[in-house]
Amino acid sequence: MRRKRVTFFDVIVHIIGAMLLLMVLYPLVLVLSCSISDPQLVATGQVLLFPKGITFVGYTQILKNKDILVGYGNTFFYTIVGTAVNLAVTVPTGYALTKKTLPGRKFFMGFFLFIMYFSGGLIPTFLLVKGLGLYNTRLVLLILGAFSTYNCMICRTFFDAMPKELEEAAIIDGCSVTGTFTKVVLPLSKALLGVMILYFAVGHWNAYFEALVYIKDDSMQPLQVFLRRILILARQQASNEEAAEYAASLANLEAQMRYAVIVVSSLPLLLIYPFLQKYFDKGVMIGSVKG
Amino acid sequence: MRKASRGKGKIEKKKTSSLKLRTRIWRHREYYLLLLPAVVYVALFCYAPMYGLQIAFKDYKVSLGVAGSPWIGFRNFMDFFQGYHFWKLIRNTLVLSLYSLVAGFPLPILVALVLNELRPGFKKLTQTILYAPHFISTVVIIGMVSIFFSPSVGVVNTVLNALGRDSVYFLGDPRYFRHLYVWSGVWQGMGWGAIIYLAALAGVDPGLHEAASIDGASRIQRILHINLPGILPTILIMLILQIGQIASVGYEKVYLMQNDLNLEVSEVISTYVYKRGLINNNYSFSTAVGLFNNVVNVIMVLIANAVSRKHSETSLF
Repeated sequence: MRRKRVTFFDVIVHIIGAMLLLMVLYPLVLVLSCSISDPQLVATGQVLLFPKGITFVGYTQILKNKDILVGYGNTFFYTIVGTAVNLAVTVPTGYALTKKTLPGRKFFMGFFLFIMYFSGGLIPTFLLVKGLGLYNTRLVLLILGAFSTYNCMICRTFFDAMPKELEEAAIIDGCSVTGTFTKVVLPLSKALLGVMILYFAVGHWNAYFEALVYIKDDSMQPLQVFLRRILILARQQASNEEAAEYAASLANLEAQMRYAVIVVSSLPLLLIYPFLQKYFDKGVMIGSVKG
Repeated sequence: MRKASRGKGKIEKKKTSSLKLRTRIWRHREYYLLLLPAVVYVALFCYAPMYGLQIAFKDYKVSLGVAGSPWIGFRNFMDFFQGYHFWKLIRNTLVLSLYSLVAGFPLPILVALVLNELRPGFKKLTQTILYAPHFISTVVIIGMVSIFFSPSVGVVNTVLNALGRDSVYFLGDPRYFRHLYVWSGVWQGMGWGAIIYLAALAGVDPGLHEAASIDGASRIQRILHINLPGILPTILIMLILQIGQIASVGYEKVYLMQNDLNLEVSEVISTYVYKRGLINNNYSFSTAVGLFNNVVNVIMVLIANAVSRKHSETSLF
């Protein structure tokens, strides 16, 4: 349809759109502005939109903070290796499940779908991890959640929609199934892989609870655990013991660092997702909802 | 005679099909190889813990192990049902998720309908910005909430003061906990939640719009009578999914927002399981509470699905 003249409806709809946009954008801009403003002006509530008295003291403090650097390094490790594990476990499964003639296909579908609705729960999983000797190891954060039924179903839907001729031709040419999958199917699935990498990487980058439960040593903690201490525990009125402990140790930490730390921890994902937007917008997930 | 030959045929058929099954499995061996990592992982980390669920009915002792600990029947469950916290936990969990559903469910639909009407360039920009909060971690979201709503430096109280009102300690006041939890969730999720509806809107037949506008339908009318019915199946599926989740409130976000001052409204089943289980080492009791919650969740999913199947064509399974 061609665009016609601007109507009253257009104006209203664009105003609503702009309001939504500002509602989401304002807190983000405010954090960014505060992170580069004079701490004194921020603390007295004078920075309400644009930065004032520009300084990068918050960012230089991050560089001096060993915890954040350690956490950053750990998070990079968990995100990269963990995402690779996720892909290796989840994507081939989605492909195998598209094979209609596979004996036991229905059984495997049920096997994977069941865990979406029922699980052993926190404690039995914890006891298992302990029993396997994985407690307080980096391995546990790489392995737990290695397979995602939901993402696997997205993969299956995507592979199902691919034309079968190419695979058949490859098989006839004497290519093995795994060879066909890695050399023919995967190179044609960049959109899917992009979305999968994004979904899994976001999960790893932002996770904190698994680390809280399964990791004891600070040297292995991901960034989010340190962020929780800096952003939340240090701010709570020292009412519980755990909070009081960190509040004391962070008492002299400039308030400024909190804004800078939000920016530094969130920026990598916020810079990446717009490039992958066309893929998840196109609806890689269409049809996957129904499983 | 006839009967006999038919019976013989059946046996032969059976033989060949069982032979066939073996060859069929062998022919598909590489597919099983592709499935193997996921099957091993799921068996070990999803199904094996279900074996551990039996400690909900036992008095679990670390020294005796899962299998060796003595059975105590439903005592853990009775302790929970009759305990001081039971109704408070149920109420807090249900109120929080119902409030989230009522506030959070319609907005992504509205966002999608609005985005769909915007000019392409502005649409793309708005979409991109609206997705941003989805990529921010829960820790950072709650960090931002606690900064913005802080009594000393928070922008919200700065504005309140400018309007001549006193500062409010939002995070320490139980009255504000639910609002902060729900609306920060709405802020974070409304853009991302709209994706599924945008995809559904893209599938609405443009011919319907052309026909309607020739007949003189306004754009509001076309949204209400073409777009909305067009995405109704998607809306229903999403509603079933979310109603099925009504009894489960995850611990990740609630736990971050909890403090001793708001515990009366912020303690939900999942955070209670975590604290009783892993902080107080009350494994059996905590497993029982978790199992109870899990069973309720499954029942909710089944009910939501059955109701939907009865009243529309839409169902999950």
